[in-house]
Parts: sequence; structure tokens; C-alpha cells
Amino acid sequence: MNLSESKDFLVSTASLKEVRVFSRDVFEKINIPQDQKDELVLAIAEAAQNIVKHGYKGIKETTDRMEIKISLKNDELEIGFFDKGKKVVPENIQHRKLDDIKPGGLGTFFIKQIMDNAVFKKDQTGWVNHLILTKKI
Amino acid sequence: MTYKVTEDGNVSTVFLNGEIDMDVTDKAKEVILPIVDSGKEVHLNLKDVQYMDSSGISVLIESHQRALEKNTKVVIKEVSKSVLKVIMMAKLEQILNLE
Repeated sequence: MNLSESKDFLVSTASLKEVRVFSRDVFEKINIPQDQKDELVLAIAEAAQNIVKHGYKGIKETTDRMEIKISLKNDELEIGFFDKGKKVVPENIQHRKLDDIKPGGLGTFFIKQIMDNAVFKKDQTGWVNHLILTKKI
Repeated sequence: MTYKVTEDGNVSTVFLNGEIDMDVTDKAKEVILPIVDSGKEVHLNLKDVQYMDSSGISVLIESHQRALEKNTKVVIKEVSKSVLKVIMMAKLEQILNLE
């Protein structure tokens, strides 16, 4: 089965629920176990949260929007995140060590646990950041 | 997210309901932390929480650590399967008090 669906959202914590609703709706069309769907929704929500939390750090309110595109082709799931926040330096992204028990720093760890790969693409016209998460399903 | 708090002696039970994400973590902390600060034992009942992300996990960690500072404890009760999975993904099942 192949599919490709995208939707844009206001960059805001209030949009995170909409992001989950969109993701769940898309995954309803894919025949994979519910547990895996839940994990994928979590990974997408964490990546969207990172845009809000880090890409727009220090910005109380914005009218900017972010776009999420979910594509499935030949059992390869690709999830794209497009935003106009602060330029991400991939080398600076790191999750905290799990034995360092403190609030925060888990979102990126969850994404890495759930997805096969996460890369920032450099050549995206019109957007500042383009994150691609992939997973073989 | 909605919540309800019941009191029984030195134990306050906070029933959380809904999805716990970054949008509601401040509200969750505003409910839980003052009770912890009062020195009471807090039971967090999560049976009606079907989704929790890393922000929600951070609330659990912060509540747990604050309770240790106040010589009391936070006990997580009736955690749903989906939330338990996230707690286990963070490898916190041995750290947090789960019942």
C-alpha cells in the first residue's frame, strides 16, 4: 500500500493534540499493529513538540505553521517535518543519559527508539528545517 | 486534561483524565506539586490517561524527586498499558513507585 498525506499546524503546544489526531487518522489506513501505531504517533508528537519547544524557544506566540507529511511506499514509512524555526544543528542534538534521572530530554530518545532513522535534509526550499524520520514497517 | 483530587488522611489521590502532553504539563504540575510540597503522600491514578509523552513523563519524574526531597512519596496507581509502555521505554519502571 502506498499513501501520502500532509497537514500544516500552527506552531503551538495547543496544536500537539491536532498532530496526534492527524497521525492516528493516517495510521488507521495502514495495516500495522495498534502498539506500533501508538509508538509512531508518539514519535511524531515528540518531533512536533521539539519544533515548538526548541525551534521556537523564547518566542511566546507565533503565526508560523509547521507541516507534517506522512508517506508510505513499499513498506517504508517516511515522516517529514517542515518548519521555519531556528536552524537546527544536528550535531548539537542529544538526548540525556537514561541513568541521569531528571525531567526533560527524553523526546529525542523516544524518537530514536521508535524510528529507524532521523536525518535533517539541507535542500528544502522555503523552509528552515526539514526533518525526515523513516521506519520499515 | 481534567483532574479530581480526593483526600484520605495523609494521602491525596489525584485522578488525572485525558492525554498528558506539553500543553497540559504546567496544569498537571500546578495540581500535583503543591500537594507534594505539603508533605502528603500523593497517589497518582492514571487509569483514565491513555496517552502520555515525554513531557508527561517529566512531570512524573519531577513529582517523584520533589517527594523524595520532602520525605514523602508519589505512588503511581492503575497505570494504563499505553502509558506503562512509555514509562518502560524511558526505563523508569524501577525508579518510579508503580502499583
